[in-house]
Amino acid sequence: MVDFAGWSMPVHYSSIVAEHRATRSEIGVFDISHMGRFRVSGSDASAYLDSILTRRIVDLRAGRICYSLVCNQDGGILDDILVYCTADERGEYFLLVVNASNREKIFGWMHEHFQGLQVELDDVTERTAMIAVQGPAATKLIVDLAQRTHDGAGCAELKYYRCMHSEMDGVTLLLSRTGYTGEDGFELILPSDTSLGVWTSILERGSRLGACAAGLGARDTLRLEAAMPLYGHELSEGINPFQAGLEFAVNLEQRDFVGHAALVRLHKDKDQPRRVGLELSGKRLPRESYRIFAKNEDVGVVTSGTFSPTLAFPIAMGYVAPGYATIGSPLEVDIRGQRVAARVVELPFYRRPK
Amino acid sequence: MDPQQLLYAKTHEWVHIAQQQGSKFATVGISAFAIEALTDLVFIQLPEVGKIVTAGGSFGEVESVKAVSDLYSPVEGEVVAINTDLPDDLETLSTDPYGRGWVVKIKLTDESSLSSLLDYAAYQRQCEEEG
Repeated sequence: MVDFAGWSMPVHYSSIVAEHRATRSEIGVFDISHMGRFRVSGSDASAYLDSILTRRIVDLRAGRICYSLVCNQDGGILDDILVYCTADERGEYFLLVVNASNREKIFGWMHEHFQGLQVELDDVTERTAMIAVQGPAATKLIVDLAQRTHDGAGCAELKYYRCMHSEMDGVTLLLSRTGYTGEDGFELILPSDTSLGVWTSILERGSRLGACAAGLGARDTLRLEAAMPLYGHELSEGINPFQAGLEFAVNLEQRDFVGHAALVRLHKDKDQPRRVGLELSGKRLPRESYRIFAKNEDVGVVTSGTFSPTLAFPIAMGYVAPGYATIGSPLEVDIRGQRVAARVVELPFYRRPK
Repeated sequence: MDPQQLLYAKTHEWVHIAQQQGSKFATVGISAFAIEALTDLVFIQLPEVGKIVTAGGSFGEVESVKAVSDLYSPVEGEVVAINTDLPDDLETLSTDPYGRGWVVKIKLTDESSLSSLLDYAAYQRQCEEEG
């Protein structure tokens, strides 16, 4: 167990590689309750979110989810988040899923930017739990679980980045077709006092489909193969969305939001370090903060690295000077005093078979 | 080798001492507890034969997906043999940690560090505390 942003969490249940492989071939089940969850409601909720997020929120309809960034005035990334638009008996509302390490920072930032708008902001992290069910057999398992209490209709058909209310084990929960592994899969948000029962049911019913519990270690190696950035590694206040390759998550046209002016300027700046993927030779693993060299010139830094269980060689993401970011660039990583050959490759490292 | 008959460093290396032609030799390996905690091994760096090691000094490193850890010599002396099978067969460290998974043999030049090593029972207690 390790401390992760104040949460005591398992790095692995069996082994990182075993849990990684299970997720790629069958199902991995992750307790991701540590992720921060904020409920945002009120008549101005969508206009308010639109004023602080890089994505256009005013068009987001109930049942849809979008990935967005929260940027500061300088265009630096404060967090990357998911915005769910959904509804309950009290009407339509938004649910924001933020990184555990940024929960307090983003909650405070959001409070500072109300500007007299009619908005209610509620941190529901500890009243709810979150479970990810990921892998090629995830749909089968989710449909099976939902069928125990009602017809399960809709779960299998739920599209990527959509959400719906469902019921499992008599528990009403919010089900979304989202994930952080590069596999097909679902994430469940449910009342925290029901979570242990649902978690146990998922693992029991899933065991015949090859499901196993997976920890933080596999979550990291899976997202790395899928080239998904992680806050505190690829993303920080010192990095802007364009460097990180997250241009798709910034809507600059015909709107204004915190950081907009800076982002308009940064968008044109081609002379800044870029996020790249690296393949390495040898067996030693590139790790965060290891320097990247081109001949004898220090041209960048590793932000995440691991052994890729799927590819069976070491991989890394990092930032390099723009001249070295082209696919095929031969580089070296300094691994504890030893230079190891590396090559810039296309991201993601792994794409699931269709 | 019987793990109950071995000595252990606080840093999770095991030691077996044997006498040969008037000299003492230490066979050093990594405890099953440590190997299990590391999981998913990817790399081991062995010293060169002839390297002089000090008690508590690093003589190599073992790397897993999770972390990289230094290997510390429990004794002072000269490396006289290394297990050259290990780098290509890291599995041996988990399947036979006290036998074919030995790492180095060291010819002792000073025996004073032996007294600070733990016996099996004391090492077990330490592992239980680390969980």
